[in-house]
Amino acid sequence: MQIKVALPKGRLLNETAARLQEVGWGLDGYQEKTRLYRISSQKFPDLTAKVFHERDIPIQVAIGNYDLGICGSDWIEELMAKYPSSALLNVGNLGYGDAALYAAGSPEGVSTIEEMKTKAEIIRIASEYPNLAESFALKSRLRRVSIFPLWGAAEAYPPENADLALVCGTIEELSGYGLVPVSKVLSVSACLIANKSSWEAKDMGGVVTPLLNKEPVQQAVEPETIRQYPGQRPRYTPSEDVVWFALPDGHQQEHTSRLLAKAGIPVDDYPSATGNRRPTTTISGVAIKVIRPQDMPLQVANGNFDLAITGRDWLMEHLYQFPSSPVQELIDLKLGGVKIVAVVSQELSISDAKGLREFNAKRAVPLRVASEYINTADNYARDNHLGLYRVIPTWGASEAFLPEDADLLIENAQTGRTIARHNLKIIDTLSESTACLIGNTNRTPSPTKQERINSIIKALQTAVKEI
Amino acid sequence: MKNQRCKGTRDLSPEEMAAFRLIEGTFRECCLKWGYKEVRTPTLEYLHLFTSTGTLTPSRLGKVYSFLDWDGWSGERVVLRPDGTIPIARLYIDSMEGERLARLFYVTNIFVFEETGKEARERWQLGAELIGVSSPTADVELVMLALEILKRLGLKGIELRLSHAGLIRALLTELGLSPEEQARIFDRILDGDAEALAKVKRERPEVGKILSLLDLKGKPSRLQFTSDLPELKPAIDDFVNIAKLLETLGCDYQIDIASGRGFEYYTGIIFQIFQNGEKLGGGGRYDALIPLMGGRDTPASGFALYLDHLMKLVKPGALAKGKPQRILIRAEPEAVKDGFSIAERLREAGYMAELELGGQKEADFNWGLEVRSQPPLFTLTNQAKPQKFEAKTTDEVLAILRKADANKGSAA
Repeated sequence: MQIKVALPKGRLLNETAARLQEVGWGLDGYQEKTRLYRISSQKFPDLTAKVFHERDIPIQVAIGNYDLGICGSDWIEELMAKYPSSALLNVGNLGYGDAALYAAGSPEGVSTIEEMKTKAEIIRIASEYPNLAESFALKSRLRRVSIFPLWGAAEAYPPENADLALVCGTIEELSGYGLVPVSKVLSVSACLIANKSSWEAKDMGGVVTPLLNKEPVQQAVEPETIRQYPGQRPRYTPSEDVVWFALPDGHQQEHTSRLLAKAGIPVDDYPSATGNRRPTTTISGVAIKVIRPQDMPLQVANGNFDLAITGRDWLMEHLYQFPSSPVQELIDLKLGGVKIVAVVSQELSISDAKGLREFNAKRAVPLRVASEYINTADNYARDNHLGLYRVIPTWGASEAFLPEDADLLIENAQTGRTIARHNLKIIDTLSESTACLIGNTNRTPSPTKQERINSIIKALQTAVKEI
Repeated sequence: MKNQRCKGTRDLSPEEMAAFRLIEGTFRECCLKWGYKEVRTPTLEYLHLFTSTGTLTPSRLGKVYSFLDWDGWSGERVVLRPDGTIPIARLYIDSMEGERLARLFYVTNIFVFEETGKEARERWQLGAELIGVSSPTADVELVMLALEILKRLGLKGIELRLSHAGLIRALLTELGLSPEEQARIFDRILDGDAEALAKVKRERPEVGKILSLLDLKGKPSRLQFTSDLPELKPAIDDFVNIAKLLETLGCDYQIDIASGRGFEYYTGIIFQIFQNGEKLGGGGRYDALIPLMGGRDTPASGFALYLDHLMKLVKPGALAKGKPQRILIRAEPEAVKDGFSIAERLREAGYMAELELGGQKEADFNWGLEVRSQPPLFTLTNQAKPQKFEAKTTDEVLAILRKADANKGSAA
């Protein structure tokens, strides 16, 4: 009887690895910086493990790809808030990885929940936890809210681009971001979860019991009253003439920074060694924030930012979800080119979309399509009449999903080497993507602001031509 | 893949649709005669209509179908209509505020998530709203209308249970709880949580006397309603006046203060209708809803009957008015044109005429009609007798049918 376990990368990796070591699971290669995704146990021959982004784990366990999983309770609750009948069982708290999820705002902008309840204006909540943000708003009886689902950097949004951010961390960490909590939404700790049917059908006692018998570490008691911390980050004075410019974090920073320099738009502290998300520029009337490129099209559509440098892949993804969105590509920056491709396992004798359609027509179960680009993937499956299918959202390292946890992958590829290394093959190219400058076509800014936007566009256009 | 129907949804078969339409028809007829006008609101509404305090309780809000629309990049959500009354209040504010009195009714589906998928997630409601007046007579009008509809549907043993949201709120205020605590306990009472009150009583024995009002059940004498708290007087007076008027009209009722489920928007009388312990519908007064949603200060009350529950109880056969006679037309290939034209004549004359396409059972029809290109052009067979008649023209066919109808009528 095989037992499949989903283990976390990131925040919980070290403590989880130490704990599993302690109870003698004997997992080789489950450590930081490992490029190994599939791991077996020396002690339990039937046990195999795979490493995932924490956020993927409750989904993978709920849909039955994995029998057991370890992840933070924040991600369990995020799934259950929207899908309460998921086949997920929280087996127990493992007593480490403690944190809390707070609704927080900036000291100047924030008011109490009671005050927010009486507001008729829209309250904007930015979060990586959109489902928890929605249920928080409903429970708090906020009248009218806009939820901005994010890939990350929620802490950078208040006060100018959101009224509240739902952020996981400690009060001290929030203070470091210049935020104050207004409400504690959830206590978070590492938990062992199980798929409900596996839990009933399989005898997993031998594997699970030593983990749970471990004495849980005494948890620090959170103070009931939430203290106020002074803000520490520069704020931008609201003005209709200020141009909001979003720059990408992550691997796109280097070449974006070079391009900006060439365009004569000097940005100080970008990329930032200290994680500063508010770098400054000497060009007057321009406010810069560093956020995830994935989140930019939505933030330009809703008017939070006027300009943003993102990838065309994320613009397309946004437009598949919101076809009438006012966001448009203004300049192709011709940087960081990737292809968006459809990928299957080498073992399948499929070479194109038609083959995929025929392959799926013979199956009784839905085709599992894994992707970071869920709307692009959905559109691809629909346009190619793939029949019965199910899109599984992933948060990175999607190539590890094939072949056991998905049948088809919609993924970006630079050289195709990663895909080949995982014993996978490309069967279709959906589009090509480079970095681009995007803007909102529906807005009529003030004349001063329009002039500033135009000069940024012009400077970047010139810089691109010189490349 | 045996079942491709969405979890928690149902199909309505021809028989069920007949019952559905019969109930809907009876409801519409009653409402129209009482001066109510029919309206229909969209299936999609903005979520924020339903979220503020004083609209839906949190447990109901936790079960709405909400999602981002195709142009939902602002992050605002829309919902599949989770309630019948709030959209009507929105409609009134949007386009009818000039009317001092609006009597409106609707037949609509509402969507409520239900975890197991065994209960319906799409439910049908018959609702009536009386907007613009606040008086015991208006509340009693709605009760009487609801009861008349059920009577016309042939339902017996109907129980009416009364509660009063104003009284519950006034009592909770008396307890000296903070506004949030009051709202929380009120929601729990409305969500049917009996323990909510018991807990307050255990923790605050000194308020036991006030709370004993909440234990009122059955049909108490008016004396039991007296209270030395002047704050409770308006709510009690309103409650007593409604009860008195119902008694004058010979309408039987029970009082059950701590019942009254699901809707935070009630401010006055709450009434619920049961048969054999099953709730068939209910309603109440919601004077604060329209101002809360941004309209003028407008009182209103209304009720809804649960169409899915009624369908299980109503026997369509017993209520159906004389159904038209069914005639099966069997036309020779050369006479198909004549088959279609006589079928049209028969339908105009009030009969149900079906062309034979194979698969129909003769026993399901009152008459069979052969259509030929050569004489005898028409042969009618009375399935009940069986008896055959020949005819040369369409008029002759109609004359035979009418004569048989007349004979049947005189025989009965």
